[in-house]
Amino acid sequence: MSDTTTGSAITVRGLRKSYGERRVLDGIDLTVGRGDIFALLGPNGAGKTTTVQILTTLRRADAGEITICGHDVASAADRVRELIGVTGQFAAVDGLLTGRENLRLVADLLHLPKTRATRLVDELLARFDLAAAADRVAGGYSGGMTRRLDLAMTLVGGPRVLFLDEPTTGLDPRSRRAVWQTIAELVADTGVTVFLTTQYLEEADQLADRIAVLDGGRIVAEGTAEELKRLVPGHHIRLEFADRSDLHAAAAGLPGSRVVDEGDRPALAVPGDGGVRALRAVLDDLDRAGVEATALAVRTPTLDDVFLTLTGHPAAPTTATADKEIAR
Amino acid sequence: MLRRNLRQAVRYPSLIISIIVMPVVLLLVFAFVFGGALEAATEGEYIDYLAPGMLLMIPAYLMASLAVQIATDTTKGIVNRFRTMPIAPASMLAGHVGGTLVLGLLGSGAMALVALLIGWRPDAEPVEWLAAAGLLALFTFALAWIAVGMGLISPNPESASNLPLPFILLPFLGSGLVATDTMPAGLRQFAEYQPFTPMTETIRGLLMGTEIGGSAVVALAWCLGLGVIGFVWSARVFARRDG
Repeated sequence: MSDTTTGSAITVRGLRKSYGERRVLDGIDLTVGRGDIFALLGPNGAGKTTTVQILTTLRRADAGEITICGHDVASAADRVRELIGVTGQFAAVDGLLTGRENLRLVADLLHLPKTRATRLVDELLARFDLAAAADRVAGGYSGGMTRRLDLAMTLVGGPRVLFLDEPTTGLDPRSRRAVWQTIAELVADTGVTVFLTTQYLEEADQLADRIAVLDGGRIVAEGTAEELKRLVPGHHIRLEFADRSDLHAAAAGLPGSRVVDEGDRPALAVPGDGGVRALRAVLDDLDRAGVEATALAVRTPTLDDVFLTLTGHPAAPTTATADKEIAR
Repeated sequence: MLRRNLRQAVRYPSLIISIIVMPVVLLLVFAFVFGGALEAATEGEYIDYLAPGMLLMIPAYLMASLAVQIATDTTKGIVNRFRTMPIAPASMLAGHVGGTLVLGLLGSGAMALVALLIGWRPDAEPVEWLAAAGLLALFTFALAWIAVGMGLISPNPESASNLPLPFILLPFLGSGLVATDTMPAGLRQFAEYQPFTPMTETIRGLLMGTEIGGSAVVALAWCLGLGVIGFVWSARVFARRDG
């Protein structure tokens, strides 16, 4: 089957990669349509960065067929490189040059005609809000500015497929939202295909048309954000108890609740929107059951929840959760 | 890519200045502090003996800055950008080598100027000047590729500055400062066969009219040998990072 006829931007079949003994990617299949935003979701160590590196010709796969816009990454690497733009976790900018010079460097390396290059550089500086700092050395830029410059440099070549490896890791919330907005606008304006990797469910949720969950080198789930969240307990109220007998008594008194056992902290998840009325109802039910909870929290689904549901284990022992502890 | 390097050099001149200043300072120290005492060991003015060898210090020192530049590029992520673009990935390396060549010529020129100012009187035809400059450029080129290899294998820019240290020491252990026959046995053999000595003899011969003998051939052989080793090594290491 020729991929140029199906028109997909990215096609991956049976991708396998090992580092020595360690099997990092164990049979990955993906398809990303042109103009889509696709997110690969997974914790650290799941193989996200390796996947991006292979798709962007930085590494070779041990096995599998991978095509970008119909071109095979192994045999037509240079053709692929003409079509892609890549930003990684560490911004690939030259700290000794100014922002403008950085952009100009990329334009010159791609042999863009001088007048067009100048115009493009100015456009990108404006679009990414870097015009004021354009003539300052990039080494002095803030984290957010460096990321923006990185992204701008990636766009100089007018790529058809944009790869973003953890684009907002380490950024403050405001910068993160700014990056999301830029990406969304970019796709709307230019129809570029975006493949991003992230460990934040919220990011995948906000941006992506389709999400694939990567765990231990395999895709364990794939679908739209809605489809995935339906697999997982949504907003719920989480109750902790002193011991298991209390837990079971409470479970009996709270319809629809689910035991969520995390180590030696027996807990109950009660579906509900976390609003005041739902909270009051839960507390009333607990009273009627004659049980006291030791802790109560309102939870939104996190990566841990997704992973717990799909794989039976949390994403990582130290992954932060979005608890809002209300009472203890 | 070469433009990038030159722009970096202009933007960050302190590194360049220190690379050039150090050898010039050494020149002055040797000429004035040791010059009088050493004149007994060499014929004529010491500065005439010293200057050609000191010119070779510039390429040696430049190795350190080049290795650091390469290590910075590879460890700070920008190399990954270049690798995902439809450009020859080795152009990044070539840009650095080109930049080093330019700096080498400028540095040697500065050194020569200072030497002239303090009394150096070379005795050479224009064609000999050209030959000397050409040989110096070739040597710089060869050492540059060794430095590229060192930069590529360094885990960070800091350690990259240390790897070329042996090369920086070599000029001192040769005939650049004093004739090798005054050295103790063991060191003398080493000094006679290490690359900087035939280079020094050849350049001194070209610029001062002293005898060159077989040194020219040996010097050229060293340039080619080091250059090939450096280039092949660098290409291997650079390509190995793929997958």
